[in-house]
Amino acid sequence: MAKSALLKSSIAKKVAMALSGLFLILFLAQHFFINSTSVFSPDTFNSISHFMGNNPLVQFVFQPILIFGVVFHFVMGMVLEIKNNSARPISYAKNNGAANSSWASRNMIVSGLVVLAFLGLHFYDFWVPEMVYKYVEVNPLDETRYFAELTHKFESGIRTAIYCVSFLLLSLHLWHGFNSSFQSVGFNNKYSKSLHTLGYAFAIVVPFGFIFIALFHYFNH
Amino acid sequence: MKLTLKIWRQKNAASEGKIVEYPIDGIEPDMSFLEMLDILNDELIVKGEDTVAFDHDCREGICGMCSLFINGEAHGPDRLVTTCQLHMRKFKDGDTIFIEPFRAKAFPVIKDLVVDRGAFDRIQQSGGFISVNTSGNTIDANTIPIPKHDADRAFDAATCIGCGACVASCKNSSAMLFVSAKVSQFALLPQGKVEATDRVLNMVSQMDAEGFGNCTNTGACEVECPKGISLENIARMNREYLSASLKG
Amino acid sequence: MALDSKIPGGSISDKWTNYKDHINLVNPANKRNLDIIVVGTGLAGGSAAATLAELGYNVKAFCFQDSPRRAHSIAAQGGINAAKNYQGDGDSTFRLFYDTVKGGDYRAREANVHRLAEVSTNIIDQCVAQGVPFAREYGGLLDNRSFGGTLVSRTFYAKGQTGQQLLLGAYSAMNRQIGRGKIKMHNRHEMLDLVIVNGKARGIIARNLVTGEIERHSAHAVVIASGGYGNVFFLSTNAMGSNVTAAWKIHKRGAFFANPCYTQIHPTCIPVSGEHQAKLTLMSESLRNDGRIWVPAKLEDAKAIRDGKLKPTQIAEADRDYYLERRYPAFGNLVPRDIASRAAKERCDAGFGVNKTGEAVYLDFAAAIERYGVDQARLKHLDENDKALVIKLGTEVVANKYGNLFQMYEKIVDENPYSTPMMIYPAVHYTMGGTWVDYNLQTTIPGCFSIGESNFSDHGANRLGASALMQGLADGYFVLPYTIGDYLAPDIKMGTISTDSPEFEQAEKNVKQQIEALMSNGGSKPADYFHKKLGKIMWDKVGMARNAKGLTEAQNEIAAIREEFYKEVKIPGTANSFNPELAKALRIADFLELGELFAKDALHRNESCGGHFREEYQTPEGEAQRDDENFAYVAAWEYKGNPSDAVLHKEELMFENVKLVQRSYK
Repeated sequence: MAKSALLKSSIAKKVAMALSGLFLILFLAQHFFINSTSVFSPDTFNSISHFMGNNPLVQFVFQPILIFGVVFHFVMGMVLEIKNNSARPISYAKNNGAANSSWASRNMIVSGLVVLAFLGLHFYDFWVPEMVYKYVEVNPLDETRYFAELTHKFESGIRTAIYCVSFLLLSLHLWHGFNSSFQSVGFNNKYSKSLHTLGYAFAIVVPFGFIFIALFHYFNH
Repeated sequence: MKLTLKIWRQKNAASEGKIVEYPIDGIEPDMSFLEMLDILNDELIVKGEDTVAFDHDCREGICGMCSLFINGEAHGPDRLVTTCQLHMRKFKDGDTIFIEPFRAKAFPVIKDLVVDRGAFDRIQQSGGFISVNTSGNTIDANTIPIPKHDADRAFDAATCIGCGACVASCKNSSAMLFVSAKVSQFALLPQGKVEATDRVLNMVSQMDAEGFGNCTNTGACEVECPKGISLENIARMNREYLSASLKG
Repeated sequence: MALDSKIPGGSISDKWTNYKDHINLVNPANKRNLDIIVVGTGLAGGSAAATLAELGYNVKAFCFQDSPRRAHSIAAQGGINAAKNYQGDGDSTFRLFYDTVKGGDYRAREANVHRLAEVSTNIIDQCVAQGVPFAREYGGLLDNRSFGGTLVSRTFYAKGQTGQQLLLGAYSAMNRQIGRGKIKMHNRHEMLDLVIVNGKARGIIARNLVTGEIERHSAHAVVIASGGYGNVFFLSTNAMGSNVTAAWKIHKRGAFFANPCYTQIHPTCIPVSGEHQAKLTLMSESLRNDGRIWVPAKLEDAKAIRDGKLKPTQIAEADRDYYLERRYPAFGNLVPRDIASRAAKERCDAGFGVNKTGEAVYLDFAAAIERYGVDQARLKHLDENDKALVIKLGTEVVANKYGNLFQMYEKIVDENPYSTPMMIYPAVHYTMGGTWVDYNLQTTIPGCFSIGESNFSDHGANRLGASALMQGLADGYFVLPYTIGDYLAPDIKMGTISTDSPEFEQAEKNVKQQIEALMSNGGSKPADYFHKKLGKIMWDKVGMARNAKGLTEAQNEIAAIREEFYKEVKIPGTANSFNPELAKALRIADFLELGELFAKDALHRNESCGGHFREEYQTPEGEAQRDDENFAYVAAWEYKGNPSDAVLHKEELMFENVKLVQRSYK
């Protein structure tokens, strides 16, 4: 079999989807860790944020990889969605999907697109100003600005609400995605049960933690 | 019991189909679902109408021929049964029941509720075998001991009846559970390991060529599978495929 | 025409070897110039198609299902016999041969049965090499269990799905050859006639069940592997599509039909529940390893149970009649099928039946659950006096052995067989009769072979459990591939056979005319109406117990239904489209002819043997009374236009290695 077939095969695609997903999960975990410091200690938050924003390795290696990861996960998700939809040209008049699978698993495209839309907002809110601040306007370094920027954004009730809804969807995305990734790479054995518990815990703790942080700042500004 | 049936009628592969409503009365809870359809068909014949075509054969849940999508689920609302083992006691008087064919691009409708599952055969032909001739001149059956645990798991995978409920239930029309059951059966046995690399590569490549969708691990297939084939098999096939690809 | 069984000379154990050493072979380069048609893809047809293709022949295989994997062999549950003697319990080729001849009530051909026993061990080796996941012991070696009519454990199994696993093995071997282009598979095709050119079978006429097209297919030889004809009873354990059509068409073209009245009524099936029922479900005979069969000993208890006033678990041990253990202490619940079935009928006829219809007996696992539970408790050093624990442990063991069967039972009957005894009753299961074949498995038409259940050869008047799978695979993998080569050797220079000959034309025309007549007769009744009517006559008068009066009536009644069928049957839809009702009607038309011959054969056989029980011929204890002096022959019927005009030919059976005695399982 030709090597090219490997890259095109359905299993290769799902493995790629899984690996990019797992990578994003790692990113999410560290992002959550950093944000959570904002609740306890603005100073810690500022210093970590400053490190992340100015460390060349983070900025010029990890950041592009992350962006590539997001774009890849999205593009591959869309490719799979289109292919999967075309695999059933006539849909059922009555389909009781709830009988055999979770809403989250059947609607990854919905939760994924909401999260993507949120990412757009998030980039507009934080990443774009950050890039402009650092690389377009080339402002001087300010190690203490991050906490204020963060809390400023959560002054708006609407923005906070959007934030909460998006993370709710992210929770659903992770509820299925975390464990699905392991299944896709072939991990299914006696440890799977514990791993599933971990996955569900992650899918709840992290997004709801983000929601908590948002609400915390909204009510404390 | 009195029921309203909403059945997909389609003259042949080329024509367009639609849902047609049929009232039916006098159904006993002890009847099987297909016996209920037999009664409907006998009524249609007497009325001079064409019968509802559906696939069925053994009527004891092993041949894999019956393939109805009933009220939104492959093989209907009961678990671990095929359509022919579904009994009317699972329904209530006055119910409306949707009956549709197993739908997938790879399973074109032949007529009404009958679909062509030739894609499954072609996947098996691409590698679902061990290449030994049937001369009988092999080694004695007890020469290679096989751990009971492995033999049992191989058996569990091998109980797949090839009905296509996994494809029908999957929101992506993926055939992964079906293909992985065969790949697993052989991957777990020493006799099958010899050709494991080629087998998984060829079967997956044929599966993709047939136009099935991709697995997104919703798990619907495992729930609806009348033989309870486990998702573990899909994970095993993913592993087998990855290692086979790396070996080249 | 005198029947020549072509049994090779020599002692029984040398016949097959000598035969193979002296037949004509076809060299590999010539095999690719020879075409073989195989009709049916069950264990026999599937294994034959695969093996013939491996040898190099061009195989054209046909099945009416949508895939060869769905042939009804798949439903065989219990297991497959082989004289491996892995258990060291005294088994041998001779003993398997002996048990099979005796089990068949001395109405099988010795030479064929011995060959079957000889190749049985190869089957297991072959199947393991193919990846068939047989049950194993903890040490990794193959496990065995015992079946009815034997005193050794020689049955290999894969839980309750042995037939499925073996068929999928044959199917995978076929797939390998289909992938290579050596087998051309025709799914959803039904053979509707045999074409004979210059006295030899040279092709078939088949209907494409999807398009309705009538097709001509030619070959140098035709193999019929279309299974049995149990569906002549309408209700049977056969699949809905199982039919006699292919076998009957060759009969009408000159193949003799042997012993049609030998039908196996399987003792352990789920009882009929109502009028609407379309099919019966078998519960594997292996259940009799652990289940005890009983009815209440008192008539009033049986009546109370039927009326729903008593539950079986409320009947005290002393008030139960374990009638098989009582009548046959040596074999107990593991007597052969024919005996177990008749004993159940005898009890139910006497008023001891236990379901609404009065036609059911109990198969009880309580004792086995307790026995296994105590074993497990001891093994695990737990308290063997803890009743609940023992039952839980025992249930686990039983579930492990028969789980899928219990689940199937519960789905159908809606009762939990772990806690309340199963109800069972005999049902039509297997037909020992079939097309007559010689030692080469060739019918009386040169070039037309018949293998597996569709022939008559190996099981005599009663088949032992786990022997059908053995015979199907033996014929297909190991016997036919030799014998067909011997036949084909002179044909190597023939080239492809044309389908344009007048013989093909005529056969196609006949088929089209029959279809046309059925489609346009202006009737009003569904085909099933006639099938059910036929089935009722068969069950009532040609079933488990037969007598001259009933059989005579049955012949006339069946002839009358047949006449009515052609006038009154209504087939909706068109002939040139997917039309399951037309396919069904064409099969029923053949059953309506076979049924009459069946009754005629049963009437002529003035003895009881195996599955054929004539009420007039029984011992004082109610056992079958054979008449070896007058009936130790195969009754092979020649078609003469009407079943009632069929001409009897006798193949006398010689028993040189087995002494004929009255079968005793006491």
